[in-house]
Amino acid sequence: MSAKLVQGNEAVVYGAFNAGLKFFAGYPITPSTEIAEMCSRDLPKVGGAFIQMEDEISSIAACIGASLAGFRSMSATSGPGFSLMQENIGYAIMAEVPIVIVDVQRMGPSTGIATAPSQSDYMQVRWGTHGDHPMVSFAPFSVEECFTEAIRAFYWSEKISSVVVLLLDEVVAHMREGIDIDNVENILEVPDRGPFSEEKEGFRPYKVDRDKGAKLPPLGTGYRFNVTGLVHDEMGFPVEDPEKTGDLIRRLHNKIDAVEDEMASYDERYTEDADVIVISYGSVARSSLRAVRELRKNNVKVGFFRPITVWPFPSKRVRELSKKVKNIVVAEMSMGQMVHEVERSVGDSCQITLLQGIKGELITPDAIHNTVSEVISK
Amino acid sequence: MIGELTNKYLRMDRLPHMWCPGCGHGIALGALLRAFDRVKIDKDKTVILSGIGCASRAVGYLDFSTVHTTHGRALAFATGLRLLRDDVKVIVIMGDGDALAIGGNHFIHACRRNIDITAIVLNNQIYGMTGGQSSPTTPQSRLSTTTPYGNFARAFDFCNLAIGAGATYVARATAYHASLMTELYANAIKHHGFSFVETFTQCPVNYGRRNKFPDPASMLQYMKDISVPFKVAQNMGSDELQGKIVIGELIKEKEDVELNEVVRERIMKFRGGAQ
Amino acid sequence: MTKELRFAGTGGQGLILAAIIYAEAALYDGHRVLQSQSYGPESRGGASKADCIVSDTEIDYPKVYLADFLLAMSQKAFDKYKADVKKGSVVLFDSTYVEIPEKDENIIYFSAPISKTVRDKIGKELASNIAALGTISVIYPLVGEEILLKAILHRVPKATTELNKSAFNVGKKLGKEILESQGSIEFVF
Repeated sequence: MSAKLVQGNEAVVYGAFNAGLKFFAGYPITPSTEIAEMCSRDLPKVGGAFIQMEDEISSIAACIGASLAGFRSMSATSGPGFSLMQENIGYAIMAEVPIVIVDVQRMGPSTGIATAPSQSDYMQVRWGTHGDHPMVSFAPFSVEECFTEAIRAFYWSEKISSVVVLLLDEVVAHMREGIDIDNVENILEVPDRGPFSEEKEGFRPYKVDRDKGAKLPPLGTGYRFNVTGLVHDEMGFPVEDPEKTGDLIRRLHNKIDAVEDEMASYDERYTEDADVIVISYGSVARSSLRAVRELRKNNVKVGFFRPITVWPFPSKRVRELSKKVKNIVVAEMSMGQMVHEVERSVGDSCQITLLQGIKGELITPDAIHNTVSEVISK
Repeated sequence: MIGELTNKYLRMDRLPHMWCPGCGHGIALGALLRAFDRVKIDKDKTVILSGIGCASRAVGYLDFSTVHTTHGRALAFATGLRLLRDDVKVIVIMGDGDALAIGGNHFIHACRRNIDITAIVLNNQIYGMTGGQSSPTTPQSRLSTTTPYGNFARAFDFCNLAIGAGATYVARATAYHASLMTELYANAIKHHGFSFVETFTQCPVNYGRRNKFPDPASMLQYMKDISVPFKVAQNMGSDELQGKIVIGELIKEKEDVELNEVVRERIMKFRGGAQ
Repeated sequence: MTKELRFAGTGGQGLILAAIIYAEAALYDGHRVLQSQSYGPESRGGASKADCIVSDTEIDYPKVYLADFLLAMSQKAFDKYKADVKKGSVVLFDSTYVEIPEKDENIIYFSAPISKTVRDKIGKELASNIAALGTISVIYPLVGEEILLKAILHRVPKATTELNKSAFNVGKKLGKEILESQGSIEFVF
């Protein structure tokens, strides 16, 4: 009997600790604050450090600094703070610094409703910072997944040497479920950075294969390279050479493309014989699951598909599924953001119907049930 | 002597530098190299960070672990970098717009935390890299490309701000006082806690040209004329100090606890005294 | 088996803690659980609620849809949530604050002066939430009283162990009185 009642936000911290978190910098914001509070209490116990910064801009900056110093680093925020972080998210992508950012989505735009759930940061995660860049993001729908996806976020941030956004919503962040932290199966082991060349003089952290991430040894250990947000050469010094510029931007994308299949993760049920499939992620997927189960009881052939890796969007699988069904229903707590990715994946293969959730409340199983019924009766 | 130092501390293959002829930043960089030599700095155990702007390009030339960060955020990067790394010296080089406009909030909070970082601001009172716009230290009524009718706002007193925010080492020099500058940089690097050295430098191209300074030398002369050593200033009234700048060490506290010590102490407490 | 429980009242009555304790006890008892609550201004004053779903299969929708059990510790909470219950559900209300409602064939109303009794017996109302758990353990024995008490003692500050034990017993006694006066019901969970 070692299962404990754990909140989604707490499970993120347990996962981060399991992945070797040593540094957290953040700024209080609902509904993510529990993550900062727990880190402030527990990081010293594992030899780590917590710091409350003056804003979210400096929080992510401090995380990048700590990661450059050799420590696994994380910050947690919500929409308004996530907006402030966009500048340095771009920096971490350009300089190839591994960090994990937790965004607990709440109602927007602007301050919106601090305690109301939403999924309207979906596109901001992908395109929030300026410039051409890829993005990786995972979205748990249960407390146990908050734990496992936090570990996966660190795993991939180290593998690709970049930012990974762990995308929660208020419902997932604040609900409590039973979880046996010590006995969760198939936990990923987060790789150490390095090993690094013993030849420190003239070490080139950005001299890597065309589809690999940079290898940054901890600063202040004898490797005297430069780190910058400017377009840079293999040693990190600014360049404006068109060929080198193109190569760098291409590599930043290639390194994600190369692992896209390995990184893809989704939860697919009842799709074998389905005529219609409901696609949703995060807490909304739990409403979908209820609706799908109820509809199945009435012999409605409806399937369930939930992206866990939300960026890159699992387009291949959605495309395959779309060829087997007449309809896809996308349910999300926004005016429609993920639906664009579904449309892009599906093309003309089937009809797509969007169920919007814009009232600051979790979409109910009834709403999904009704939408599916309407789609089928057409 | 300086040739030896440049070979020792600069990335010679990154030269020539990008600063304009007559710029004061080179004087500051020279003083920094001399200070490095004086404190026998360990190149492998020092990280130098900067923000964005002319001053911030200095890191590109320094043969250390260097981080050229985003505009105004260098101190925040440095805070994260330093917090679990007692073994490294952390030095941050910024400009006036960088540290005080876009980075003003980070600046005061770094002062307040007394983290062991040396912050050097090269204050040329103008945005040089973007072509001469007014900065938070551009004096009132002076001209810039964005204050063509004269600057209305008051200039920040950088050092008073740092003192008010709780910095434990605050000093000021000008490009005219190069040997004082070296001494202050060396003392700041040795200081236990947050240290800040404001350094007035000249921007003849984007500030001097618009504000009746015919050449770099006239700007240095002006710095000399308005400077008052800290000790002398102690015996002067506020009227007498109008339009002057006080140079030297303005605050130097010895006994303060530094942030990393607190972090380390907490970790030790939970680990029962073991490392 | 899936049961949806709602603990409703006024902010400050400790109903979120009660729901957390209840969920934890159900978890100890080998069930799957999901606990959630209303946040923000809604959770201070007025009608606040904390939900707990107990099941033996995967819990999907994380909110209480229609409650199988409702605890109402304030009139506002009772008025607001009384409609969101299933046919045949059990509603326990604290008669210290909630007026006795009209009979409803579809709902089993249980009434006890929980807060008043705790105030009289223990001196402060603070532990009314724990007393309510005691009452629930008797009238709606989805989770046994021993395991519930264990979950209580796990969550409350050590210095208040005795106080909370007393409150729990006060609640249990109220529960037994209810069953004696209102008649017992056989629940199959």
